Amino acid sequence: MNNELTNGAKHCPILTILSRDGRASAESIAAQTGREVEAVKASIAKYEEDGVIKRYNAVIDWEKAGYDKVTAFIDVKVVPARDVGFDAIAGRIARFPEVRSVWLVSGGSDLRVVVESTNLRQLANFVAEKLSTINGVTGTVTHFQLRRYKEDEVLYLEAEGNERLVITP
Amino acid sequence: MMPLKPISKIASAIPVSGIRRFFDIAASMQDVISLGVGEPDFVTPWSIREAAIYSLERGHTSYTSNWGLIELRRAISEHLEQLYQVSYRPEDQVLITVGVSEGLDIALRTILDAGDEVLVPEPCYVSYKPCISLAGGVPVAVETTAEEGFRITAQKLEAHLTSRTKAILLGYPSNPTGATMPRALMEDIVRFAERNGLYILSDEIYDRLTYEGEHTCVPSIEGAFERTILFNGFSKAYAMTGWRIGYICAPSELLATMMKIHSYTMLCAPITGQKAALEALKSSEPQVQDMIEQYSQRRRVIVNGFNQIGLQCHMPAGAFYAFPSIASTGLSSEEFAERLLFEQRVALVPGTAFGAGGAGHIRCSYATSIEKIEAALERIKCFVEQLKVT
Repeated sequence: MNNELTNGAKHCPILTILSRDGRASAESIAAQTGREVEAVKASIAKYEEDGVIKRYNAVIDWEKAGYDKVTAFIDVKVVPARDVGFDAIAGRIARFPEVRSVWLVSGGSDLRVVVESTNLRQLANFVAEKLSTINGVTGTVTHFQLRRYKEDEVLYLEAEGNERLVITP
Repeated sequence: MMPLKPISKIASAIPVSGIRRFFDIAASMQDVISLGVGEPDFVTPWSIREAAIYSLERGHTSYTSNWGLIELRRAISEHLEQLYQVSYRPEDQVLITVGVSEGLDIALRTILDAGDEVLVPEPCYVSYKPCISLAGGVPVAVETTAEEGFRITAQKLEAHLTSRTKAILLGYPSNPTGATMPRALMEDIVRFAERNGLYILSDEIYDRLTYEGEHTCVPSIEGAFERTILFNGFSKAYAMTGWRIGYICAPSELLATMMKIHSYTMLCAPITGQKAALEALKSSEPQVQDMIEQYSQRRRVIVNGFNQIGLQCHMPAGAFYAFPSIASTGLSSEEFAERLLFEQRVALVPGTAFGAGGAGHIRCSYATSIEKIEAALERIKCFVEQLKVT
């Protein structure tokens, strides 16, 4: 168990399988990995308890589902605070529900923030009124998403055809 | 006017592949789940495809050396050295071919005279025996059984030895049985070949798809190098079937004659495929490992599935085929395959397509998604249960 946690997903087939298909049943995983169903269930429970598995969600193409979505990638420059560095300010930003992701990054800016909203005005308001006004934020550069080609390992391109014959030697 | 003279007796005597008939039926049906496909369900990894596209953009569209690109031969030589500690000189001991298929053909034509016999463990890949016949040789089937894990032994080969025996043709990991050969058994076979002056033709196209134990690379066995013709290629490990790139490794005197035939009949393997293969060796190991892991998981699902249905199935240690026995159903392997296709729309290949030794078995490829494997097993279960009722 400990080995599985420390060796990372590459060496834990349970995590690899779940990362591909969050709905894979314990029975199916047990059959694929040659383990007992109960042992697989216990491993998964432990992963969930330890926060190795954060959650199970569907990857949805919202555009295809007919929803409007505006996504922006915002580079934020901040002044790190004494004792807590970037963590305090990053935490403040991360708690807004519009914010999908926050990373501390190297390069020209300090934080990279991904914000999602249903329309442009709302998003602009968020940047102008919420984000820029946080104490310690010294500047923002907002990049709007124009088109998505790949996200979370899913391609948003024309499907690749692999037309194998029905029976081959 | 005189009637047209008959075509070659040898060519017309060769039977049509047992796979052909099932292909024709299955291809005409809807909603078929196929366990009959002898190739990866993965698309060639993108870095490989991208390298091929780039080579086309750069205008690399010419012939290559008859031998194949020297960079590719060097990379293959290093690859084999690294994996199996076997050394082939890139300059004159490695030849790039159009798949193992071409390699096998030119090797057989190099070593055989009319009437020479080749020992072939069965069940075996569908092309082995026809290629031997086309080269003027006589295939001598040596049956292996499920009880022996479809492994061949020197004793069995010895029983079929005659003064005309010239070579042994091996294909491990095996299509269709998934069997692999432990090193000790293979060493016995090399000793047997040494005692009798035989060539060993070793088709190791499934070498990387070995899930248990280590692959035995025949020329790495002491005393094997000088008599062994090694075949391999990119189709299975790198999901590159359509690119048609294989290679032969052999001692230079032997390879020189194969190269002569290759230069007259094929000229060279396609350059785009060769460029792609070079990239495969350079960058695709992580993808290969990922595919191996997925095949291995599917293998457990399909084998356990068959055993639960009551179709006894040994755990194959390599390739991507399960080869369960259907003897308990009382049907022949052709009847089983045909009725299953019509009644439950699952396509697979009857064991007899791989020689008489395959009777009572079916070949099921697990180079398909877990969902499809599970659905196919469900259908096969229905089929077998209905057989019991009637």
